[in-house]
Amino acid sequence: MRLDLDPRTIAQARALAAKAGEPIVEMATKHTTVAVERATLRLAGLAGADPDGTPWVNHLVDAVRADIGLEHGIALPVWHALAAHGNDLSRLAEEAAAGQVTFRLPEGAEAELAAKHAREAVGVGIARLDASRVARERMIAEIGDAPRKPWIYLIVATGDIYEDIPQAQAAAREGADIIAVIRSTGQSLLDYVPEGATREGFAGTYATQENFRLMRAALDETSRELGRYVRLTNYASGLCMPEIAALAGMERLDMMLNDSMYGILFRDINPVRTFVDQRLSRQIHARAGIIINTGEDNYLTTADAVEAAHTVTTSQLLNEYFAKEAGLEDWQLGLGHAFEINPDVPDSFRLELAHALLAKTIFPDAPLKWMPPTRHMTGDIFKGYLLDGFFNLAGAMTDQGILLVGMMTEAVVTPWLSDRDLALQNVRYVMDAAGRLGEDFHPAPDGFIANRAREVLGESIDLLGKIIDEPNGLLDAIADGTFGLMKRPAGAGKGLEGVAEKSEAYYNPASAELDKQSLEGNE
Amino acid sequence: MSIIRPYGDTTGDGMVQVSFTLPIKHSKVADGAALQLANKMGMEPAMVVHSKPMGDDFTFFVVYGQVNHLVDTDKVQVVERDFPLLTPKEANAVIKETLRRPMVVVGACIGTDAHTVGIDAILNIKGFAGEKGLEYYKEIEVVNLGAQVSVPALVEAAVTRRADAVLVSQVVTQRDAHLLNTREMSAAFREAYPAGERPLLVVGGPRFDESMTAELGVDRIFGRGTTPAEVASYLVHRTTSKEPAA
Repeated sequence: MRLDLDPRTIAQARALAAKAGEPIVEMATKHTTVAVERATLRLAGLAGADPDGTPWVNHLVDAVRADIGLEHGIALPVWHALAAHGNDLSRLAEEAAAGQVTFRLPEGAEAELAAKHAREAVGVGIARLDASRVARERMIAEIGDAPRKPWIYLIVATGDIYEDIPQAQAAAREGADIIAVIRSTGQSLLDYVPEGATREGFAGTYATQENFRLMRAALDETSRELGRYVRLTNYASGLCMPEIAALAGMERLDMMLNDSMYGILFRDINPVRTFVDQRLSRQIHARAGIIINTGEDNYLTTADAVEAAHTVTTSQLLNEYFAKEAGLEDWQLGLGHAFEINPDVPDSFRLELAHALLAKTIFPDAPLKWMPPTRHMTGDIFKGYLLDGFFNLAGAMTDQGILLVGMMTEAVVTPWLSDRDLALQNVRYVMDAAGRLGEDFHPAPDGFIANRAREVLGESIDLLGKIIDEPNGLLDAIADGTFGLMKRPAGAGKGLEGVAEKSEAYYNPASAELDKQSLEGNE
Repeated sequence: MSIIRPYGDTTGDGMVQVSFTLPIKHSKVADGAALQLANKMGMEPAMVVHSKPMGDDFTFFVVYGQVNHLVDTDKVQVVERDFPLLTPKEANAVIKETLRRPMVVVGACIGTDAHTVGIDAILNIKGFAGEKGLEYYKEIEVVNLGAQVSVPALVEAAVTRRADAVLVSQVVTQRDAHLLNTREMSAAFREAYPAGERPLLVVGGPRFDESMTAELGVDRIFGRGTTPAEVASYLVHRTTSKEPAA
């Protein structure tokens, strides 16, 4: 089922999104952040934390910053100092934390030598990203992929990784193609990545390298048992976006939530920090073959799903631009949207179909991520079950790629075993009964659905035009409350103190390598 | 009439439906076990109308039956909230009408507590339990100071922003840190403001006893599971009524 939209209008919308996005990319390339520098150290193999839980990457970046500032990047001063510390990054970090190291910015031949060593060390991490990608492809070829689309996406979130594992394995056996481990509330605002296996979280489990490794190993076992590769999802968002992306890439996670504006709008993270962090995180995802999931569904949990439909389209276009610029390909773009129209609105299902089809028509090769109703789930579980059925039907008819399974107990309890089973029955019934219904129906060219889709696309083009007309473009639009009703000025928000404008001497071997793929993507 | 029974399709039939899961393989024994549970719950006679295996070790049941309990509505006791629960729209309207300016709310985690989960659930637009946080309210100006804020910094922010209310979240409770911090905070506000002029002081956290307000020197304590709308409604109720802060 496809909409008949004028390809020139779609091309116009894309061109406007690129025009709005270009200054942001330019700004991102001129800045670095503490998280970008820490991600670089993580790719170079620096892991672990002091007895208080402060990671060594934080210690080392903070120490360099205290001596010479952040603007030159940490690579040159760290690898220049490394030779005098046994070429051992962990030892250097420990001694730097104890105040026993003075960093300085090397120049000339010294700088070239430091850059060479930094490049070699970070190259090991980038090779690990490549190896993860190859390992995933090989496993899928050997044991098989998810049997059909949309992929069925289920969430686990106990707070304890050792509870999450059996739940995730059970969910996979029940039919999940993708397991998402929800993070502990508030992790997005931590300016460090916690360390080790964790057993306590608030409404979710901390994203740590060890938790990633444990869960991926468990799902590998279950994938072999089931004869299909079960994908693992986590979150590269918040203040540690690029670090978590690096850890996910090295530990072979398969999908990551990674929205261009979510942290700004919903977590009040500084816009500059977010765009800089996001670019490296997406470059890493691109390299590691990770599918990103964007967060447009969130706009509709704050703004009205009919009135704000065009902000979803606008954000999808921007997310696509930033993703492609970072080297991601169409198959890696899980652009988000959601079934959140008030069911009391007349023709609500037709409107949902129009919005879902619009996304599929603009982004035909992207595995769109379709989110179930949450806002109008009232605790009336019977009505909720029906609403979830219609959500599944819209997803089937419009060929969505990733279907997050809706629970009738949304907003009541964290899903029970029986809730999940009933929800999967709902999905299976709709897919078996109507999965290919789209083949038989095409929206009337001038009917309600086609007209509504054109209207939303038109509003999106108008909005992109307005964004470009602002003196500071997208940053002003974000400051004005264009998305999700939140006003977020560029000079405020969390994490701003961790941003620095790059100096002439700035060098980062990770971005130097990953920028190559961005250039290829742009050609 | 104070005695009532559940209603299926005839007055007094006492019919109810329940669904549940038992950790047992689907079998005749499982159905019997479900029936036994229903009987023990007061459903007699009961019918297991649906049983379905969920994996090897669990069975899901739907059971209908007649309960033998009577309900006496005269003996129902409820603790009424002492303020009306408002939607964001209603809260905004009341603030606009009575304060005639936005309500200023300053929030923080004080002491060494770095757990902003509570304050963020209440303040961030993302919210909690399906409700948007206070940032979503057009007529509420939120100043979220974040984690590890010192008491003097909190007082200073409250003074300079002319706060109507101060929200403090305390998650860490080792050695009663939450109680000590709260007492220090309320004392500092008593010192910094003339009597009757200080902002409303509200603390929240999973381990507080909601009845300790007087002891801790605050106006209100909110416990686990409190939603943004409850906090907003309380703030609206208190700042727009004549009653001064204690």
